Amino acid sequence: MNLRGMMAIYRSEMARTRRTLLQSIVSPVLSTSLYFVVFGSAIGSRITEVGGISYGAFIVPGLIMLMLLTQSVSNASFGIFFPRFSGSIYELLSAPVSYMEIVMGYVGAAASKSIVLGLIILATAGLFVPLEIAHPFWMLFFLVLTAFTFSLLGFIIGIWAEGFDRLQLVPLLVITPLTFLGGTFYSIDMLPPFWQGVTLFNPVVYLVSGFRWSFYGVGDVSLEASLAMVMAFLVVSLAVVSWIFRSGYRLKP
Amino acid sequence: MPPAISVTDLSKTYASGFQALSGVNLEVQAGEIFALLGPNGAGKTTLISVICGLVNPSSGQVLVDGHDNIRDYRAARARIGLVPQELTNEAFETVWNSVSFSRGLFGKAADPDHIERVLRSLALWEKRNNRLITLSGGMKRRVLIAKALSHEPTILFLDEPTAGVDVELRREMWEVVRGLRENGVTIILTTHYIEEAEEMADRIGVIQRGEIILVEDKRTLMQSLGRKQLTLELLDPLVALPNALADYPLTLSEDGRQLTYRYDTRQEHTGIAGMLEELRKAGIHFQDLHTEQSSLEDIFVSLVRENP
Repeated sequence: MNLRGMMAIYRSEMARTRRTLLQSIVSPVLSTSLYFVVFGSAIGSRITEVGGISYGAFIVPGLIMLMLLTQSVSNASFGIFFPRFSGSIYELLSAPVSYMEIVMGYVGAAASKSIVLGLIILATAGLFVPLEIAHPFWMLFFLVLTAFTFSLLGFIIGIWAEGFDRLQLVPLLVITPLTFLGGTFYSIDMLPPFWQGVTLFNPVVYLVSGFRWSFYGVGDVSLEASLAMVMAFLVVSLAVVSWIFRSGYRLKP
Repeated sequence: MPPAISVTDLSKTYASGFQALSGVNLEVQAGEIFALLGPNGAGKTTLISVICGLVNPSSGQVLVDGHDNIRDYRAARARIGLVPQELTNEAFETVWNSVSFSRGLFGKAADPDHIERVLRSLALWEKRNNRLITLSGGMKRRVLIAKALSHEPTILFLDEPTAGVDVELRREMWEVVRGLRENGVTIILTTHYIEEAEEMADRIGVIQRGEIILVEDKRTLMQSLGRKQLTLELLDPLVALPNALADYPLTLSEDGRQLTYRYDTRQEHTGIAGMLEELRKAGIHFQDLHTEQSSLEDIFVSLVRENP
């Protein structure tokens, strides 16, 4: 096991985050604060409560999930895409590191960053609304697992993408709509019955629901369903990554 | 002691159907400088890429210091430093961080003293805190060499190391490479500057259309394939060659002051003694003479022509 190699990748990715601190940390925090002002205060003042929780507090888990998913995907995809784009990936491929070590380095760094970001946003939210976390352990569990899983997805996108345009495509066309339609700003029982059925096919619903349950003890779907969904997503992503390295897809001709 | 690199029946056909390597066999001995010569597209970079693990081979085997480069890839790769042809690096990193990263990636404990020695030997020490994007092309090239040397490899691959590098810097790099060899590092370089191979290499391999068409000790190669020419500066100008000398491959310069004799060092009898005897008999005297050996470039060009 080349632990040093893995740590070298991890540290260099974290250093990249520090170099780009403004867009990495400040901008997500700023945009989340804007969501709080607009949805939480302006609109929230007209909506009394959702399932016994004030609207401002209700959207906190969803907003954290929104940031967690988009940031994990964009970070991890850029992290592996850039060396491919610049050609410096030759070094990674010629080094005595296993593919698991490469993945752990890149995905670990992207996930760490998302987790820190999620916690910062949580703290920011505390400034706007009174927070309570019913199940802190489960909250962290969902936070870490989601960050890791979606960083894996980002890693896959970073390997698949052949240009910067494609790099933006999946987050923009898939992740953001799924999150907005995934119960970030509302409980799915507020939807008409037909749409309630449709949203059950949206994996993000399960993530947001599980995460919200860890805060307030209530969710749109059961905890078991949420857990199963996260795990299934993790397993699929891991399988794709391992296929990528075994086949050399887009990495080794 | 196993050879530094041992390649057996190596073939590579890309997904496009292009066969870049076909049945390559090659051994590079520890401690030598081996130059791989070939025209563009001959398979030089593909061969290096397969050995270093950047390209999957279609068939065949590569042993690095006796370690299979796929089954035992950690041991094989840890021994190799690779300097790629393209100037590729993380634009926003500093020289120091980039080179230190390479060492870590190869699983070596941090060693600032070693990194400092490498940077100094490549005249990069003053630039250690500069971002890579601010460096000139020649310096970027040296950073790539520093990265490859950061983990103290015993085998160094240099893919076109001096392409696009000015003459002075090229000489400096040759010095660095010679210094490495003195420290026991095996060096494999590809080049299409014949001068470079001639200057540096102990042995030379010529690759053409994915096949190694020749591997030879440089001196033997130049001797065995080398044509020499002997030029005589005559004391008195000559109008025409005497008949007695008509059988010799001699040419007379236009001003009649130079006689050039071409011969092949492969022949047992070069005919020089006989020719000089005839000259003496004919009363032709010369004041000076010199010989020239054909360059590796001439040899290379004729080899590639012979193997279309």
